[in-house]
Amino acid sequence: MESFTPIASLIGGILIGISSALLLMFNGRIAGISGITGALIEPSTGAGERGWRIAFVLGLVVTGFIAAIVSPTAFESTIDRSTVAIVLAGLAVGFGTRTGSGCTSGHGVCGLGRLSGRSLAAVLTFITTGAITVFVVRTVFGGSV
Amino acid sequence: MNERKQVVLAGLSGVIFSIGLVLAGMTRPGKVVAFLDFFGDWDPSLAFVMGGAATVYLLTFQGLAKKRDTPLVAPVFHLPTRKDIDVPLIVGGGLFGIGWGLGGFCPGPALSSLGTGSFDVATFVVAMFAGMGLRSILKRRSAVHDGSTQTA
Repeated sequence: MESFTPIASLIGGILIGISSALLLMFNGRIAGISGITGALIEPSTGAGERGWRIAFVLGLVVTGFIAAIVSPTAFESTIDRSTVAIVLAGLAVGFGTRTGSGCTSGHGVCGLGRLSGRSLAAVLTFITTGAITVFVVRTVFGGSV
Repeated sequence: MNERKQVVLAGLSGVIFSIGLVLAGMTRPGKVVAFLDFFGDWDPSLAFVMGGAATVYLLTFQGLAKKRDTPLVAPVFHLPTRKDIDVPLIVGGGLFGIGWGLGGFCPGPALSSLGTGSFDVATFVVAMFAGMGLRSILKRRSAVHDGSTQTA
């Protein structure tokens, strides 16, 4: 069971907003994680386009590494998923975000913040299919896939 | 010179982003699934994450960025210009949602969680990059195809 954490989640959200706002104001870039990482594996991405992307991803990963030492419970998983389900999930997230031009950050934070109709459509779509997936996993598979 | 500043700024942005994700509870797959479980034991916390983040961004974008011609350390703003709601947007978003509900991870939290050394997280991230790579290959193929037949 997960407990309702409005204050911590709001503070976390504000930090995510500040981080994305910094990237916009200083670098003029959208803080979309799928876009930033996806471009790194595109052969057409030039050397000058890679530096800041690698730095952003390193900041994300290294900070997570430190956080995992300081507060391991923040990374606890309480859901029951097989390796097959995790592989399928990763493939869908990777393929889907690149097809739909964004994920929770690019569409959900930056897109909604720019009042983009495209991003609103994307957010409503992925929350709906996510909810259907969770509903099916719980009711058809008993929460374990 | 400015390129170095951009790299430092992006690194700092990544650090703050990651702290935000961890505090928000986004690195707990069970919490993500509980947010998406509207008809079960719903945990609305993640609405506060997206709401808080989007509000800060909205104020910055409308109040500050729109008034400037250029960003502070880069020559131009790179912002999306498209307004049409097309099939790839909806199909891609839909697929992403399925993966999000199935694994409990979206791209940012998955990368933040790599440092736990969890096998599941590493598996998810490898599969995610494979999915991105597959999309990239298909897109380049269809681009070549479209170039010769003028469909699309």
